[in-house]
Amino acid sequence: MLVKQIQYQLMLFFRRPAALFFVIVMPVVLLALLTQILGNDPIPGQTTTSAQFYTPALAVFGVVTACFTYLAVSTATSRDQGILKRIRGTPLPPSVYMTARIISVTVIALISAALVIASGVIFLDVEMQWDKAVAGLFILVTGGLSFAALGMMVVALCRSSETVQAVVNATLLPLAFLSEIFIRPGRELPDWMIWTADFFPLKHFSVALGNAFKPSLEGYGFTWTDADDAFSVLPEFLILLAWGLFAGVIAVRFFKWDVRL
Amino acid sequence: MHDDPAVSVSGLFKSYAGVPAVRGISFDIAPGETFALLGPNGAGKTSTIEILEGYRKRTAGHVNVLGFDPGENCREFRECIGLVLQSTALEPELTVIETVTAFSQFYPEPLRVEGLLKTVGLADRRDNRVRTLSGGQQRRLEIALGLIGNPEVVFLDEPTTGLDPDARAGVWHLIRKLSQKGKTVILSSHHMEEVEALAHRLAILVAGKICASGTVADLLHEFGGHSRFSFWWPFDQLPYNLPPALGSLHHGHDNWVSFSVAEPGKALVQLTGWAHHYGVNLDSLTITKPTLEDIYLSLTGARQKSGGPDR
Ligand SMILES: Nc1ncnc2c1ncn2[C@@H]1O[C@H](COP(=O)(O)OP(=O)(O)OP(=O)(O)O)[C@@H](O)[C@H]1O
Ligand SMILES: [Mg+2]
Repeated sequence: MLVKQIQYQLMLFFRRPAALFFVIVMPVVLLALLTQILGNDPIPGQTTTSAQFYTPALAVFGVVTACFTYLAVSTATSRDQGILKRIRGTPLPPSVYMTARIISVTVIALISAALVIASGVIFLDVEMQWDKAVAGLFILVTGGLSFAALGMMVVALCRSSETVQAVVNATLLPLAFLSEIFIRPGRELPDWMIWTADFFPLKHFSVALGNAFKPSLEGYGFTWTDADDAFSVLPEFLILLAWGLFAGVIAVRFFKWDVRL
Repeated sequence: MHDDPAVSVSGLFKSYAGVPAVRGISFDIAPGETFALLGPNGAGKTSTIEILEGYRKRTAGHVNVLGFDPGENCREFRECIGLVLQSTALEPELTVIETVTAFSQFYPEPLRVEGLLKTVGLADRRDNRVRTLSGGQQRRLEIALGLIGNPEVVFLDEPTTGLDPDARAGVWHLIRKLSQKGKTVILSSHHMEEVEALAHRLAILVAGKICASGTVADLLHEFGGHSRFSFWWPFDQLPYNLPPALGSLHHGHDNWVSFSVAEPGKALVQLTGWAHHYGVNLDSLTITKPTLEDIYLSLTGARQKSGGPDR
Protein backbone atom coordinates (compact mmCIF):
# COMPACT_ATOMS: atom_id res chain seq x y z
CA MET A 1 0.00 0.00 0.00
CA LEU A 2 2.78 2.41 0.95
CA VAL A 3 4.80 1.48 -2.13
CA LYS A 4 1.76 2.07 -4.38
CA GLN A 5 1.19 5.48 -2.82
CA ILE A 6 4.83 6.43 -3.30
CA GLN A 7 4.53 5.42 -6.95
CA TYR A 8 1.48 7.62 -7.40
CA GLN A 9 3.20 10.59 -5.78
CA LEU A 10 6.27 10.14 -7.96
CA MET A 11 4.11 9.82 -11.05
CA LEU A 12 2.33 13.06 -10.16
CA PHE A 13 5.65 14.84 -9.72
CA PHE A 14 6.86 13.77 -13.13
CA ARG A 15 3.61 15.04 -14.65
CA ARG A 16 4.12 18.54 -13.30
CA PRO A 17 6.52 20.27 -15.68
CA ALA A 18 7.00 23.34 -13.49
CA ALA A 19 7.92 21.26 -10.47
CA LEU A 20 10.19 19.09 -12.57
CA PHE A 21 11.99 22.17 -13.82
CA PHE A 22 12.53 23.81 -10.46
CA VAL A 23 13.52 20.69 -8.58
CA ILE A 24 15.49 18.71 -11.17
CA VAL A 25 16.70 21.13 -13.83
CA MET A 26 17.21 24.36 -11.91
CA PRO A 27 20.05 23.22 -9.58
CA VAL A 28 22.05 21.94 -12.56
CA VAL A 29 21.45 25.18 -14.44
CA LEU A 30 22.56 27.20 -11.43
CA LEU A 31 25.69 25.07 -11.10
CA ALA A 32 26.54 25.74 -14.74
CA LEU A 33 25.84 29.46 -14.39
CA LEU A 34 27.71 30.05 -11.16
CA THR A 35 30.81 28.17 -12.23
CA GLN A 36 30.74 29.98 -15.58
CA ILE A 37 30.36 33.42 -14.02
CA LEU A 38 32.87 32.92 -11.24
CA GLY A 39 35.28 30.75 -13.19
CA ASN A 40 36.30 27.31 -12.06
CA ASP A 41 39.59 28.35 -10.48
CA PRO A 42 40.67 27.43 -6.97
CA ILE A 43 38.89 29.50 -4.33
CA PRO A 44 41.33 32.03 -2.85
CA GLY A 45 42.84 30.69 0.35
CA GLN A 46 41.58 27.19 -0.36
CA THR A 47 42.84 24.46 -2.55
CA THR A 48 39.56 23.53 -4.21
CA THR A 49 37.83 24.83 -7.31
CA SER A 50 34.53 26.67 -7.21
CA ALA A 51 32.80 23.63 -8.72
CA GLN A 52 34.07 21.59 -5.77
CA PHE A 53 32.20 24.08 -3.56
CA TYR A 54 29.11 24.72 -5.69
CA THR A 55 28.36 21.08 -6.52
CA PRO A 56 27.46 20.03 -2.97
CA ALA A 57 25.92 23.45 -2.29
CA LEU A 58 23.51 23.16 -5.21
CA ALA A 59 22.85 19.51 -4.43
CA VAL A 60 21.63 20.76 -1.06
CA PHE A 61 19.60 23.43 -2.81
CA GLY A 62 17.95 20.75 -4.98
CA VAL A 63 17.19 18.63 -1.94
CA VAL A 64 15.64 21.57 -0.12
CA THR A 65 13.63 22.60 -3.18
CA ALA A 66 12.19 19.09 -3.33
CA CYS A 67 11.68 18.38 0.35
CA PHE A 68 10.71 21.83 1.52
CA THR A 69 9.34 23.91 -1.36
CA TYR A 70 7.76 21.21 -3.51
CA LEU A 71 6.42 19.16 -0.61
CA ALA A 72 4.86 22.20 1.06
CA VAL A 73 3.36 23.73 -2.07
CA SER A 74 2.05 20.47 -3.53
CA THR A 75 0.54 19.37 -0.24
CA ALA A 76 -1.13 22.74 0.32
CA THR A 77 -2.45 22.68 -3.24
CA SER A 78 -3.91 19.21 -2.73
CA ARG A 79 -5.52 20.48 0.43
CA ASP A 80 -7.00 23.47 -1.42
CA GLN A 81 -8.37 21.11 -4.05
CA GLY A 82 -10.08 18.99 -1.40
CA ILE A 83 -7.96 15.97 -2.30
CA LEU A 84 -6.61 15.54 1.22
CA LYS A 85 -10.13 15.66 2.60
CA ARG A 86 -11.31 13.08 0.08
CA ILE A 87 -8.39 10.75 0.93
CA ARG A 88 -9.23 11.15 4.61
CA GLY A 89 -12.66 9.68 3.86
CA THR A 90 -11.19 6.42 2.55
CA PRO A 91 -9.75 3.53 4.56
CA LEU A 92 -6.20 4.49 3.55
CA PRO A 93 -4.47 5.25 6.86
CA PRO A 94 -3.58 8.95 6.93
CA SER A 95 -0.10 8.12 8.18
CA VAL A 96 0.54 5.94 5.13
CA TYR A 97 -0.54 8.72 2.81
CA MET A 98 1.65 11.34 4.46
CA THR A 99 4.61 9.00 4.74
CA ALA A 100 4.29 8.26 1.03
CA ARG A 101 4.35 11.96 0.21
CA ILE A 102 7.46 12.48 2.34
CA ILE A 103 9.33 9.44 1.03
CA SER A 104 8.51 10.39 -2.54
CA VAL A 105 9.97 13.89 -2.15
CA THR A 106 13.04 12.37 -0.54
CA VAL A 107 13.48 10.10 -3.55
CA ILE A 108 13.04 13.11 -5.84
CA ALA A 109 15.58 15.02 -3.75
CA LEU A 110 18.13 12.25 -4.14
CA ILE A 111 17.58 12.17 -7.89
CA SER A 112 18.12 15.93 -8.05
CA ALA A 113 21.25 15.76 -5.90
CA ALA A 114 22.64 12.84 -7.90
CA LEU A 115 22.17 14.82 -11.11
CA VAL A 116 23.98 17.87 -9.73
CA ILE A 117 26.85 15.79 -8.41
CA ALA A 118 27.11 13.77 -11.60
CA SER A 119 27.19 16.98 -13.67
CA GLY A 120 29.90 18.38 -11.43
CA VAL A 121 32.01 15.25 -11.69
CA ILE A 122 31.56 14.81 -15.44
CA PHE A 123 31.76 18.39 -16.69
CA LEU A 124 33.54 20.38 -13.98
CA ASP A 125 36.24 18.03 -12.77
CA VAL A 126 34.76 17.68 -9.31
CA GLU A 127 36.63 15.10 -7.29
CA MET A 128 34.39 12.53 -5.64
CA GLN A 129 35.49 11.71 -2.10
CA TRP A 130 34.34 8.12 -1.92
CA ASP A 131 35.44 7.59 1.66
CA LYS A 132 33.08 10.40 2.70
CA ALA A 133 30.20 9.32 0.47
CA VAL A 134 28.33 7.32 3.11
CA ALA A 135 28.27 10.25 5.52
CA GLY A 136 27.34 12.53 2.61
CA LEU A 137 24.39 10.34 1.66
CA PHE A 138 23.40 10.11 5.30
CA ILE A 139 23.31 13.87 5.67
CA LEU A 140 21.43 14.26 2.36
CA VAL A 141 18.68 11.95 3.56
CA THR A 142 18.44 13.28 7.11
CA GLY A 143 18.66 16.87 5.91
CA GLY A 144 15.94 16.15 3.37
CA LEU A 145 13.68 14.65 6.03
CA SER A 146 14.33 17.56 8.35
CA PHE A 147 13.34 20.03 5.63
CA ALA A 148 10.30 17.90 4.82
CA ALA A 149 9.22 18.37 8.43
CA LEU A 150 9.77 22.11 8.06
CA GLY A 151 7.70 22.10 4.88
CA MET A 152 4.85 20.29 6.60
CA MET A 153 5.08 22.78 9.45
CA VAL A 154 4.52 25.62 7.00
CA VAL A 155 1.54 23.77 5.51
CA ALA A 156 0.11 23.20 8.96
CA LEU A 157 0.45 26.86 9.93
CA CYS A 158 -0.91 28.43 6.72
CA ARG A 159 -4.43 28.20 5.36
CA SER A 160 -3.95 28.47 1.60
CA SER A 161 -1.42 27.30 -0.95
CA GLU A 162 -0.74 30.92 -1.94
CA THR A 163 0.38 31.72 1.58
CA VAL A 164 2.45 28.56 1.74
CA GLN A 165 4.16 29.46 -1.52
CA ALA A 166 4.92 32.97 -0.28
CA VAL A 167 6.27 31.81 3.07
CA VAL A 168 8.39 29.08 1.54
CA ASN A 169 10.02 31.38 -1.01
CA ALA A 170 10.46 34.24 1.41
CA THR A 171 12.32 32.00 3.83
CA LEU A 172 14.35 29.83 1.48
CA LEU A 173 15.78 32.36 -0.98
CA PRO A 174 17.28 34.91 1.44
CA LEU A 175 18.63 32.10 3.61
CA ALA A 176 20.22 30.45 0.61
CA PHE A 177 22.30 33.59 0.06
CA LEU A 178 23.47 33.61 3.68
CA SER A 179 23.98 29.88 4.01
CA GLU A 180 26.92 29.18 1.71
CA ILE A 181 24.80 28.04 -1.18
CA PHE A 182 24.75 30.81 -3.76
CA ILE A 183 27.64 32.79 -2.29
CA ARG A 184 30.82 30.93 -1.54
CA PRO A 185 32.56 31.81 1.72
CA GLY A 186 35.52 34.14 1.62
CA ARG A 187 33.90 37.50 1.86
CA GLU A 188 33.46 38.94 5.33
CA LEU A 189 29.76 38.99 6.21
CA PRO A 190 28.28 41.22 8.93
CA ASP A 191 27.93 39.41 12.26
CA TRP A 192 24.15 39.46 12.26
CA MET A 193 24.11 37.66 8.93
CA ILE A 194 26.38 34.99 10.25
CA TRP A 195 24.30 34.58 13.39
CA THR A 196 21.10 34.35 11.37
CA ALA A 197 22.61 31.75 9.09
CA ASP A 198 24.01 29.81 12.05
CA PHE A 199 20.62 29.79 13.71
CA PHE A 200 18.68 28.28 10.81
CA PRO A 201 19.31 24.75 9.56
CA LEU A 202 20.16 25.47 5.94
CA LYS A 203 23.77 26.50 6.47
CA HIS A 204 24.49 23.46 8.61
CA PHE A 205 23.10 21.29 5.84
CA SER A 206 25.25 22.89 3.15
CA VAL A 207 28.37 22.93 5.32
CA ALA A 208 27.98 19.24 6.18
CA LEU A 209 27.63 18.17 2.56
CA GLY A 210 30.28 20.68 1.49
CA ASN A 211 32.73 19.07 3.90
CA ALA A 212 32.05 15.71 2.32
CA PHE A 213 33.57 17.21 -0.86
CA LYS A 214 36.67 18.73 0.73
CA PRO A 215 39.80 16.76 -0.06
CA SER A 216 41.62 18.47 2.82
CA LEU A 217 39.45 16.83 5.47
CA GLU A 218 40.13 13.39 6.89
CA GLY A 219 37.82 10.65 8.12
CA TYR A 220 34.50 8.95 7.38
CA GLY A 221 32.37 11.58 9.03
CA PHE A 222 30.91 9.73 11.97
CA THR A 223 33.24 10.87 14.72
CA TRP A 224 33.09 13.47 17.46
CA THR A 225 36.15 15.62 17.16
CA ASP A 226 37.27 19.21 17.32
CA ALA A 227 40.22 18.80 15.04
CA ASP A 228 40.24 21.31 12.17
CA ASP A 229 41.15 18.80 9.52
CA ALA A 230 38.69 16.11 10.60
CA PHE A 231 35.51 15.38 8.68
CA SER A 232 32.40 14.95 10.81
CA VAL A 233 28.75 15.39 9.93
CA LEU A 234 27.48 14.62 13.41
CA PRO A 235 27.27 18.18 14.83
CA GLU A 236 25.31 19.35 11.81
CA PHE A 237 23.21 16.22 11.93
CA LEU A 238 22.19 17.02 15.49
CA ILE A 239 21.10 20.53 14.54
CA LEU A 240 19.11 19.24 11.56
CA LEU A 241 17.57 16.59 13.79
CA ALA A 242 16.54 19.19 16.36
CA TRP A 243 14.93 21.39 13.72
CA GLY A 244 13.22 18.40 12.15
CA LEU A 245 11.77 17.23 15.45
CA PHE A 246 10.65 20.73 16.41
CA ALA A 247 8.95 21.26 13.04
CA GLY A 248 7.50 17.75 13.03
CA VAL A 249 5.85 18.24 16.41
CA ILE A 250 4.28 21.52 15.32
CA ALA A 251 3.19 20.03 11.99
CA VAL A 252 1.50 17.06 13.64
CA ARG A 253 -0.12 19.28 16.23
CA PHE A 254 -1.61 21.84 13.84
CA PHE A 255 -2.04 19.99 10.56
CA LYS A 256 -5.57 19.92 9.16
CA TRP A 257 -6.79 17.82 6.24
CA ASP A 258 -9.24 20.55 5.35
CA VAL A 259 -8.92 24.07 6.70
CA ARG A 260 -12.68 24.63 6.53
CA LEU A 261 -13.57 21.89 8.99
CA MET B 1 -38.38 -3.46 9.47
CA HIS B 2 -36.87 -5.53 12.23
CA ASP B 3 -33.19 -4.83 11.65
CA ASP B 4 -31.31 -2.19 13.55
CA PRO B 5 -31.25 1.02 11.58
CA ALA B 6 -28.24 1.44 9.31
CA VAL B 7 -28.02 5.08 10.28
CA SER B 8 -29.46 6.61 13.35
CA VAL B 9 -29.35 10.23 14.42
CA SER B 10 -30.85 11.59 17.58
CA GLY B 11 -30.82 15.07 19.02
CA LEU B 12 -27.98 16.10 16.72
CA PHE B 13 -26.64 19.61 17.26
CA LYS B 14 -23.86 21.31 15.38
CA SER B 15 -22.65 24.84 15.79
CA TYR B 16 -19.76 26.67 14.20
CA ALA B 17 -18.01 29.06 16.57
CA GLY B 18 -21.21 29.33 18.58
CA VAL B 19 -23.46 29.82 15.54
CA PRO B 20 -25.90 26.92 15.34
CA ALA B 21 -26.20 25.19 11.97
CA VAL B 22 -28.02 21.99 12.99
CA ARG B 23 -30.41 22.30 15.90
CA GLY B 24 -31.49 19.00 17.30
CA ILE B 25 -32.49 16.69 14.48
CA SER B 26 -33.36 13.01 14.74
CA PHE B 27 -34.02 10.35 12.15
CA ASP B 28 -33.38 6.66 11.51
CA ILE B 29 -32.59 5.06 8.19
CA ALA B 30 -33.31 1.37 7.74
CA PRO B 31 -30.84 -0.88 5.90
CA GLY B 32 -31.56 -0.76 2.20
CA GLU B 33 -33.48 2.45 2.43
CA THR B 34 -32.81 5.55 0.32
CA PHE B 35 -33.21 8.65 2.44
CA ALA B 36 -33.14 12.19 1.08
CA LEU B 37 -32.33 15.44 2.82
CA LEU B 38 -33.93 18.49 1.25
CA GLY B 39 -33.62 22.09 2.25
CA PRO B 40 -32.54 25.53 1.14
CA ASN B 41 -28.90 26.60 0.94
CA GLY B 42 -27.39 26.72 4.38
CA ALA B 43 -30.09 24.54 5.94
CA GLY B 44 -27.51 22.14 7.37
CA LYS B 45 -27.59 19.22 4.93
CA THR B 46 -23.85 19.08 4.35
CA SER B 47 -23.15 19.62 8.04
CA THR B 48 -25.34 16.63 8.89
CA ILE B 49 -23.92 14.41 6.17
CA GLU B 50 -20.32 15.25 6.99
CA ILE B 51 -20.92 14.47 10.66
CA LEU B 52 -22.22 11.06 9.58
CA GLU B 53 -19.17 10.61 7.33
CA GLY B 54 -16.83 11.34 10.22
CA TYR B 55 -15.46 14.60 8.83
CA ARG B 56 -17.00 16.99 11.32
CA LYS B 57 -17.38 16.79 15.06
CA ARG B 58 -20.89 17.10 16.40
CA THR B 59 -21.62 19.62 19.12
CA ALA B 60 -24.17 17.37 20.83
CA GLY B 61 -26.41 14.39 20.20
CA HIS B 62 -25.92 10.80 19.10
CA VAL B 63 -25.13 9.41 15.70
CA ASN B 64 -24.55 5.84 14.68
CA VAL B 65 -23.68 4.43 11.28
CA LEU B 66 -23.66 0.62 10.96
CA GLY B 67 -22.86 0.38 14.65
CA PHE B 68 -19.91 2.75 14.41
CA ASP B 69 -19.57 6.18 15.95
CA PRO B 70 -18.42 8.19 12.92
CA GLY B 71 -16.66 10.62 15.27
CA GLU B 72 -14.05 7.94 15.97
CA ASN B 73 -13.43 7.64 12.24
CA CYS B 74 -11.80 4.21 12.37
CA ARG B 75 -10.64 2.31 9.34
CA GLU B 76 -13.32 -0.41 9.52
CA PHE B 77 -15.94 2.32 9.43
CA ARG B 78 -14.47 3.94 6.34
CA GLU B 79 -14.26 0.55 4.65
CA CYS B 80 -18.02 0.18 4.69
CA ILE B 81 -19.05 3.68 3.66
CA GLY B 82 -18.78 5.38 0.30
CA LEU B 83 -19.11 9.06 -0.27
CA VAL B 84 -19.51 11.83 -2.80
CA LEU B 85 -18.67 15.23 -1.38
CA GLN B 86 -20.58 18.34 -2.37
CA SER B 87 -17.54 19.94 -4.00
CA THR B 88 -15.35 18.19 -6.50
CA ALA B 89 -12.04 16.87 -5.16
CA LEU B 90 -9.99 15.10 -7.81
CA GLU B 91 -6.32 14.94 -8.72
CA PRO B 92 -6.20 16.76 -12.09
CA GLU B 93 -3.03 15.08 -13.38
CA LEU B 94 -4.16 11.48 -13.00
CA THR B 95 -6.16 9.72 -15.69
CA VAL B 96 -9.65 8.40 -15.06
CA ILE B 97 -8.54 4.80 -14.80
CA GLU B 98 -5.59 5.67 -12.56
CA THR B 99 -7.85 7.59 -10.22
CA VAL B 100 -10.34 4.77 -9.81
CA THR B 101 -7.60 2.14 -9.57
CA ALA B 102 -5.85 4.16 -6.87
CA PHE B 103 -9.04 4.29 -4.83
CA SER B 104 -9.86 0.63 -5.41
CA GLN B 105 -6.62 -0.27 -3.64
CA PHE B 106 -7.89 1.30 -0.42
CA TYR B 107 -10.77 -1.13 0.01
CA PRO B 108 -10.78 -4.82 0.95
CA GLU B 109 -13.38 -5.89 -1.61
CA PRO B 110 -13.58 -3.30 -4.37
CA LEU B 111 -15.77 -3.48 -7.45
CA ARG B 112 -14.18 -4.12 -10.82
CA VAL B 113 -12.75 -0.87 -12.13
CA GLU B 114 -13.58 -1.35 -15.80
CA GLY B 115 -17.12 -2.41 -15.07
CA LEU B 116 -17.73 0.55 -12.81
CA LEU B 117 -16.40 2.98 -15.43
CA LYS B 118 -18.84 1.50 -17.89
CA THR B 119 -21.67 1.90 -15.40
CA VAL B 120 -20.97 5.61 -14.88
CA GLY B 121 -20.43 6.13 -18.60
CA LEU B 122 -16.74 6.97 -18.52
CA ALA B 123 -15.36 3.88 -20.23
CA ASP B 124 -14.43 5.87 -23.34
CA ARG B 125 -12.57 8.47 -21.27
CA ARG B 126 -10.58 5.98 -19.23
CA ASP B 127 -7.17 7.21 -20.37
CA ASN B 128 -7.94 10.93 -20.28
CA ARG B 129 -6.48 13.17 -17.62
CA VAL B 130 -9.05 14.26 -15.07
CA ARG B 131 -8.39 17.93 -15.82
CA THR B 132 -9.61 17.42 -19.39
CA LEU B 133 -13.01 16.09 -18.29
CA SER B 134 -16.10 18.27 -18.27
CA GLY B 135 -17.68 19.20 -14.95
CA GLY B 136 -20.35 16.56 -15.31
CA GLN B 137 -17.83 13.89 -16.27
CA GLN B 138 -15.79 14.75 -13.18
CA ARG B 139 -18.94 14.37 -11.12
CA ARG B 140 -19.52 10.93 -12.59
CA LEU B 141 -15.95 9.99 -11.75
CA GLU B 142 -16.55 11.07 -8.16
CA ILE B 143 -19.65 8.92 -8.05
CA ALA B 144 -17.51 6.02 -9.26
CA LEU B 145 -15.05 6.73 -6.42
CA GLY B 146 -17.92 6.71 -3.96
CA LEU B 147 -19.01 3.27 -5.11
CA ILE B 148 -15.67 1.56 -5.85
CA GLY B 149 -15.34 0.10 -2.35
CA ASN B 150 -18.73 -1.63 -2.64
CA PRO B 151 -19.94 0.16 0.51
CA GLU B 152 -22.94 -0.74 2.65
CA VAL B 153 -23.88 2.90 3.20
CA VAL B 154 -23.43 5.55 0.53
CA PHE B 155 -23.52 9.29 1.23
CA LEU B 156 -24.27 11.43 -1.80
CA ASP B 157 -24.15 15.19 -1.20
CA GLU B 158 -25.90 16.71 -4.22
CA PRO B 159 -24.53 14.03 -6.55
CA THR B 160 -26.26 15.21 -9.70
CA THR B 161 -25.44 18.92 -9.65
CA GLY B 162 -23.96 19.80 -12.99
CA LEU B 163 -25.09 16.66 -14.76
CA ASP B 164 -26.95 16.72 -18.06
CA PRO B 165 -30.37 15.01 -18.13
CA ASP B 166 -28.90 11.84 -19.61
CA ALA B 167 -26.19 11.58 -17.02
CA ARG B 168 -28.67 12.39 -14.29
CA ALA B 169 -30.92 9.58 -15.46
CA GLY B 170 -27.85 7.36 -15.45
CA VAL B 171 -27.07 8.27 -11.85
CA TRP B 172 -30.68 7.70 -10.85
CA HIS B 173 -30.49 4.28 -12.41
CA LEU B 174 -27.29 3.64 -10.47
CA ILE B 175 -28.83 4.70 -7.19
CA ARG B 176 -31.86 2.50 -7.81
CA LYS B 177 -29.57 -0.44 -8.48
CA LEU B 178 -27.70 0.26 -5.25
CA SER B 179 -30.99 0.25 -3.46
CA GLN B 180 -31.98 -3.04 -5.09
CA LYS B 181 -28.70 -4.53 -3.91
CA GLY B 182 -29.76 -3.61 -0.39
CA LYS B 183 -27.42 -0.65 0.07
CA THR B 184 -28.43 2.24 2.25
CA VAL B 185 -28.27 5.60 0.50
CA ILE B 186 -28.30 9.06 2.04
CA LEU B 187 -28.84 11.70 -0.57
CA SER B 188 -29.06 15.45 -0.47
CA SER B 189 -30.59 17.25 -3.38
CA HIS B 190 -32.26 20.40 -4.61
CA HIS B 191 -34.20 18.50 -7.27
CA MET B 192 -37.68 17.47 -6.22
CA GLU B 193 -38.15 15.07 -9.10
CA GLU B 194 -34.93 13.37 -8.09
CA VAL B 195 -36.16 12.89 -4.56
CA GLU B 196 -39.57 11.75 -5.74
CA ALA B 197 -37.93 9.28 -8.10
CA LEU B 198 -35.42 7.83 -5.66
CA ALA B 199 -36.14 8.36 -2.02
CA HIS B 200 -38.16 5.98 0.09
CA ARG B 201 -38.30 8.65 2.75
CA LEU B 202 -37.13 12.21 3.05
CA ALA B 203 -36.71 15.00 5.53
CA ILE B 204 -37.02 18.69 4.79
CA LEU B 205 -34.49 20.69 6.72
CA VAL B 206 -35.01 24.39 7.30
CA ALA B 207 -32.53 26.42 9.34
CA GLY B 208 -31.13 23.33 11.00
CA LYS B 209 -34.44 21.75 11.98
CA ILE B 210 -36.50 19.03 10.34
CA CYS B 211 -39.83 20.63 9.52
CA ALA B 212 -41.30 17.64 7.71
CA SER B 213 -40.34 14.03 7.18
CA GLY B 214 -41.75 10.79 5.89
CA THR B 215 -42.49 9.23 2.54
CA VAL B 216 -43.45 11.46 -0.36
CA ALA B 217 -47.03 10.19 0.02
CA ASP B 218 -46.97 11.00 3.74
CA LEU B 219 -45.94 14.55 3.01
CA LEU B 220 -48.46 15.01 0.26
CA HIS B 221 -51.15 13.80 2.60
CA GLU B 222 -50.03 15.81 5.59
CA PHE B 223 -49.12 19.12 3.99
CA GLY B 224 -50.62 19.05 0.55
CA GLY B 225 -54.37 19.02 1.23
CA HIS B 226 -55.08 21.47 -1.56
CA SER B 227 -55.56 20.84 -5.25
CA ARG B 228 -54.64 23.43 -7.78
CA PHE B 229 -57.15 24.72 -10.34
CA SER B 230 -55.88 26.85 -13.13
CA PHE B 231 -57.20 28.13 -16.42
CA TRP B 232 -56.50 30.83 -18.94
CA TRP B 233 -58.36 34.16 -18.64
CA PRO B 234 -57.23 37.80 -18.80
CA PHE B 235 -56.61 38.54 -15.20
CA ASP B 236 -58.10 42.04 -15.04
CA GLN B 237 -61.33 40.95 -16.74
CA LEU B 238 -62.11 38.32 -14.16
CA PRO B 239 -65.70 38.63 -12.80
CA TYR B 240 -65.60 39.65 -9.15
CA ASN B 241 -67.90 37.26 -7.41
CA LEU B 242 -65.82 34.16 -7.61
CA PRO B 243 -67.37 30.94 -6.31
CA PRO B 244 -66.57 30.61 -2.57
CA ALA B 245 -65.32 27.02 -2.79
CA LEU B 246 -62.48 28.14 -5.04
CA GLY B 247 -61.01 29.82 -2.02
CA SER B 248 -58.39 32.44 -2.40
CA LEU B 249 -57.23 33.57 -5.78
CA HIS B 250 -53.56 33.31 -6.41
CA HIS B 251 -52.07 35.97 -8.50
CA GLY B 252 -52.11 35.10 -12.14
CA HIS B 253 -49.13 34.86 -14.41
CA ASP B 254 -49.46 35.80 -18.07
CA ASN B 255 -53.23 35.66 -17.66
CA TRP B 256 -53.14 32.25 -16.05
CA VAL B 257 -55.49 32.26 -13.08
CA SER B 258 -55.04 29.68 -10.40
CA PHE B 259 -56.60 28.69 -7.12
CA SER B 260 -55.55 26.53 -4.26
CA VAL B 261 -58.61 24.48 -3.47
CA ALA B 262 -59.47 22.52 -0.32
CA GLU B 263 -62.63 20.79 -1.59
CA PRO B 264 -62.13 20.07 -5.27
CA GLY B 265 -65.51 18.34 -5.82
CA LYS B 266 -67.56 21.22 -4.52
CA ALA B 267 -65.32 23.76 -6.20
CA LEU B 268 -65.67 22.06 -9.54
CA VAL B 269 -69.48 22.20 -9.39
CA GLN B 270 -69.45 25.88 -8.42
CA LEU B 271 -66.78 26.73 -10.97
CA THR B 272 -68.63 25.28 -13.93
CA GLY B 273 -71.89 27.06 -12.95
CA TRP B 274 -70.05 30.33 -12.47
CA ALA B 275 -68.15 30.02 -15.73
CA HIS B 276 -71.31 29.25 -17.64
CA HIS B 277 -73.08 32.24 -16.08
CA TYR B 278 -70.35 34.78 -16.82
CA GLY B 279 -69.24 33.33 -20.11
CA VAL B 280 -65.79 32.44 -18.89
CA ASN B 281 -64.43 29.85 -21.23
CA LEU B 282 -62.15 27.96 -18.76
CA ASP B 283 -59.55 27.58 -21.48
CA SER B 284 -56.94 24.96 -20.64
CA LEU B 285 -58.54 24.17 -17.31
CA THR B 286 -56.31 21.88 -15.30
CA ILE B 287 -56.72 20.38 -11.88
CA THR B 288 -53.47 19.14 -10.44
CA LYS B 289 -52.52 17.51 -7.23
CA PRO B 290 -49.93 19.38 -5.19
CA THR B 291 -46.37 18.33 -5.93
CA LEU B 292 -43.53 17.80 -3.54
CA GLU B 293 -42.20 21.09 -4.84
CA ASP B 294 -45.35 22.93 -3.77
CA ILE B 295 -45.01 21.48 -0.30
CA TYR B 296 -41.33 22.23 -0.21
CA LEU B 297 -41.86 25.82 -1.24
CA SER B 298 -44.64 26.37 1.24
CA LEU B 299 -42.57 24.87 4.07
CA THR B 300 -39.38 26.72 3.27
CA GLY B 301 -41.25 29.97 2.73
CA ALA B 302 -39.50 30.53 -0.55
CA ARG B 303 -42.78 31.33 -2.27
CA GLN B 304 -43.55 34.41 -0.23
CA LYS B 305 -40.00 35.66 -0.27
CA SER B 306 -39.29 35.26 -3.93
CA GLY B 307 -42.52 36.99 -4.95
CA GLY B 308 -42.30 35.01 -8.14
CA PRO B 309 -45.18 33.69 -10.20
CA ASP B 310 -47.43 31.16 -8.64
CA ARG B 311 -47.95 28.05 -10.67
N1 LIG C 1 -16.91 25.21 8.21
C1 LIG C 1 -17.88 26.06 8.55
N2 LIG C 1 -17.61 27.10 9.36
C2 LIG C 1 -18.57 27.95 9.74
N3 LIG C 1 -19.85 27.85 9.36
C3 LIG C 1 -20.19 26.85 8.57
C4 LIG C 1 -19.23 25.90 8.11
N4 LIG C 1 -19.86 25.00 7.34
C5 LIG C 1 -21.15 25.38 7.29
N5 LIG C 1 -21.36 26.49 8.02
C6 LIG C 1 -22.66 27.16 8.21
O1 LIG C 1 -23.59 26.21 8.63
C7 LIG C 1 -24.82 26.38 7.95
C8 LIG C 1 -25.21 25.09 7.27
O2 LIG C 1 -24.31 24.82 6.22
P1 LIG C 1 -24.38 23.51 5.34
O3 LIG C 1 -23.19 23.51 4.46
O4 LIG C 1 -24.59 22.35 6.21
O5 LIG C 1 -25.70 23.79 4.47
P2 LIG C 1 -26.33 22.97 3.27
O6 LIG C 1 -27.70 22.61 3.68
O7 LIG C 1 -25.45 21.87 2.86
O8 LIG C 1 -26.40 24.07 2.14
P3 LIG C 1 -26.21 23.96 0.54
O9 LIG C 1 -27.53 23.59 -0.04
O10 LIG C 1 -25.84 25.34 0.17
O11 LIG C 1 -25.14 22.98 0.29
C9 LIG C 1 -24.63 27.56 7.02
O12 LIG C 1 -25.21 28.69 7.62
C10 LIG C 1 -23.16 27.73 6.91
O13 LIG C 1 -22.82 29.08 6.79
MG1 LIG D 1 -24.47 21.39 1.20
